[in-house]
Amino acid sequence: MPLLELRAITKDFPGVRALDGVSFDLAPGEIHALCGENGAGKSTLIKVLCGVYPAGSYGGEIRLRGETVHFHGLPGSEARGIALIAQELALVPELSVAENLLLGREPCRFGLIREAEVQKEARRALDLVGLAIPVEIPVRELGIGQQQLVEIAKALIKNASILVLDEPTAALPEADTLRLLGLLGDLRRRGVAAIYISHRLDEVFALADRITVLRDGRSVGTARRDETTPERVISLMVGRELSQAFPRPERRSGEILLSLRDWSVADPQNPDRRVVDGVSFEVRAGEVLGIAGLMGAGRTALLASLFGAARSSVQGTIRVAGGPVRKPFRNPREAIAAGLALVGEDRKRYGLFARGSVLDNMTLASLRAFSRRGLIDDRARRAAASGQAAALRLKAASLEALVAQLSGGNQQKVILGRWLLRRPRVLLLDEPTRGIDVGAKSEIYDLIGRLVAGGLGVVLVSSELPELLGLSHRVLVLNQGRPMGLFEGGAATPERVMGAATARA
Amino acid sequence: MLKRLALDWRALTMVGALLAIWVVFSLATGGTFLLPRNLSLLARQMAVTSILATGMVLVIVAGQIDLSVGALAGLTGALAALAYARLGWPLALAIVLALVVGATLGALEGGLVAWLRIPPFIVTLGGMLVFQGTLLGVTGGVSTSPPRPFLFLGQAYLPKLAGWIVAAVVAAALAFTASRAQGRRRLGRLGLAVLAIGAVALMNAYAGVPVPVLVVLALATVLSTVAHHTPFGRHLYAIGGNREAAFYSGIAIEGHLVGVFTLMGLLAGAAGVVLTARVGAATPNAGQLMELDAIAAAVIGGTSLLGGQGTVWGALLGALVMASLDNGMSLLNTEAFWQPILKGGILVAAVAVDMAGRRGRG
Repeated sequence: MPLLELRAITKDFPGVRALDGVSFDLAPGEIHALCGENGAGKSTLIKVLCGVYPAGSYGGEIRLRGETVHFHGLPGSEARGIALIAQELALVPELSVAENLLLGREPCRFGLIREAEVQKEARRALDLVGLAIPVEIPVRELGIGQQQLVEIAKALIKNASILVLDEPTAALPEADTLRLLGLLGDLRRRGVAAIYISHRLDEVFALADRITVLRDGRSVGTARRDETTPERVISLMVGRELSQAFPRPERRSGEILLSLRDWSVADPQNPDRRVVDGVSFEVRAGEVLGIAGLMGAGRTALLASLFGAARSSVQGTIRVAGGPVRKPFRNPREAIAAGLALVGEDRKRYGLFARGSVLDNMTLASLRAFSRRGLIDDRARRAAASGQAAALRLKAASLEALVAQLSGGNQQKVILGRWLLRRPRVLLLDEPTRGIDVGAKSEIYDLIGRLVAGGLGVVLVSSELPELLGLSHRVLVLNQGRPMGLFEGGAATPERVMGAATARA
Repeated sequence: MLKRLALDWRALTMVGALLAIWVVFSLATGGTFLLPRNLSLLARQMAVTSILATGMVLVIVAGQIDLSVGALAGLTGALAALAYARLGWPLALAIVLALVVGATLGALEGGLVAWLRIPPFIVTLGGMLVFQGTLLGVTGGVSTSPPRPFLFLGQAYLPKLAGWIVAAVVAAALAFTASRAQGRRRLGRLGLAVLAIGAVALMNAYAGVPVPVLVVLALATVLSTVAHHTPFGRHLYAIGGNREAAFYSGIAIEGHLVGVFTLMGLLAGAAGVVLTARVGAATPNAGQLMELDAIAAAVIGGTSLLGGQGTVWGALLGALVMASLDNGMSLLNTEAFWQPILKGGILVAAVAVDMAGRRGRG
């Protein structure tokens, strides 16, 4: 009997089926890897398992040791021995290691915490993961790898028998990764089972007993490690027909609009590591350069740093639209003045003023252009905004409509409109079709085509491989911040790109 | 359209609450509350708070707070009075001194907030204490009464004919914009034109339009224009509404923060001059707690402390609500301790109603 069984799990979000009848099981003392592209449904599946999406909000059944369970939150699944080690660690940086380990279940007597007991318990926990550090130092003084081990220790002293690890090595240096893999192997011998989500196929093949591949919310195959190969797993991950037509415009070799040399960006959390490492490329007028890579490969950091919005130090040189070769922009204002525009991946956070109207949102970056003697010429502003709205085929009740009430696709058009009013030379698009419906997607594709045909250069980041390959003239693959190959249009096959993205960098 | 309706909903609630307060007080005072003499007093009483509140709206809209404006108004007002009374400076120069000192100190606070990234609560709390201490120092702990001409800005009335001319100009301007607007907006403009004429008639029935009221209305008009029709003002709404998005849109956030604190300081200088002129003396504890009245007026007037939302005219309505409570309770000879208790309750209730309305509309 399997330790854990997920049967025909189905989970819907508004307009999207994230999981479609996924079944998955875990034997006692087994490490079962879960692989798939970004957005394949891996994180959704484990959130269902751990009760983050409560029972009743999904279809299907979860059985633990043969018994059907209904979780309504993380505490419920934790009580039954399932511990989630998420990408974002759940540690309080200012508290000590010991306090973190026993947070929420401090041993008390007469309402006072028994310090000696806490220390003893904490040391026992650290022994379980083989971590020899003082328990009284604050967690913020630990490296990211040690923090990860503390988190695992925290799960183990709660008697977790199933560890769920979501991309545990994404931010780890090599040595810490090896240590973590070693620890998981030890724990397996002691009977602790694990669900291991990772993009790194070398890790998966070094560690996992079985491998399940998800694609588009469905399970497309489970195999024992010795019965499959990394190539086979990759082809399962990407194996999908290019069902959609992408209007990749004729390539016109125009002038070089953006040129980047030896571009590196430090990791804001860990200055010794680089999230972008030695990237160089050029984008010409009339060209779409695609940036491929897995979650955490540095794609978003690259675009943000180009736009002067990085939160850590950036090195390298940049040249935009015939301007001087210069150091990285210090803020978006400089980048915009040079002719760049960025449509960020998180519309709500970096783009929209939810309580503002379409008009205010669209004209925000160009108010000075509509001003005469210090006052905004409202008529000119409206005329420009409604012209842009028509060109983008924006569906909104009026220019006064609140942007929060538009669909995702129309919100995206408002932000594109904001930038097009500034007449940029190079458009940086980070996941421009995330969370928008199919019809709006194809409108955005058309729009990208029109803009490029009009002489704009585009740098496109997308986690949807067919979209990326369909729209881009060239594809640069990033892997842990390093450039892993630049493929010309026809040479950029899903297999090659995914192979470069998952190889050990 | 929905935004317009939502704003109207808020404005109507506020006007309704104000009318309710007025009805209660006029019944309780047997009509004294609504006499031209009392309404004229009410208008003068709210002047200083109103000037501060018009600036405070923009500070709060940008997601900031300024606790030092009361102390700064006290300090700048005293400096102007001392320069005029003791040093014999010309009146205009004394007023300019108050404005320049206010703007400079505001800019300094803004710089600390923007570039050293010290939270505005702390910067302006510190500023409040520093300005209060400085005020005590420059006045030497005694009151100074500047000679008569200084008091003009706080105590004088516009000749009745001049009042009518102002009313005619304002009403004509409103009618002109009404002719170019449509629907509710047009109705609103026409209503305001009628209101302007009615208000002047009322004030003229006593002694004429008080000069400080004129100052308030002029400043509010300028600030409302700045807020809605200049890039600087629109950018403040953007910064308070979503700072990340404002940054990514290329807005120079630091510069705007310094700008809004400078503007606030300038207005504190203006408020200080009016305050000293109204009271007729520079006192060592002038302006104390006025920052809280200004913040309360802005918030009652629909400004969101989360930033990104608020209007100058709403803040004036808020100031009117607060002043009405003070005035009405004084008329009723309510013991003084009830005033802050009731004002505090109204402030919290106003925000509670606003939050409930916001949840209801998602």
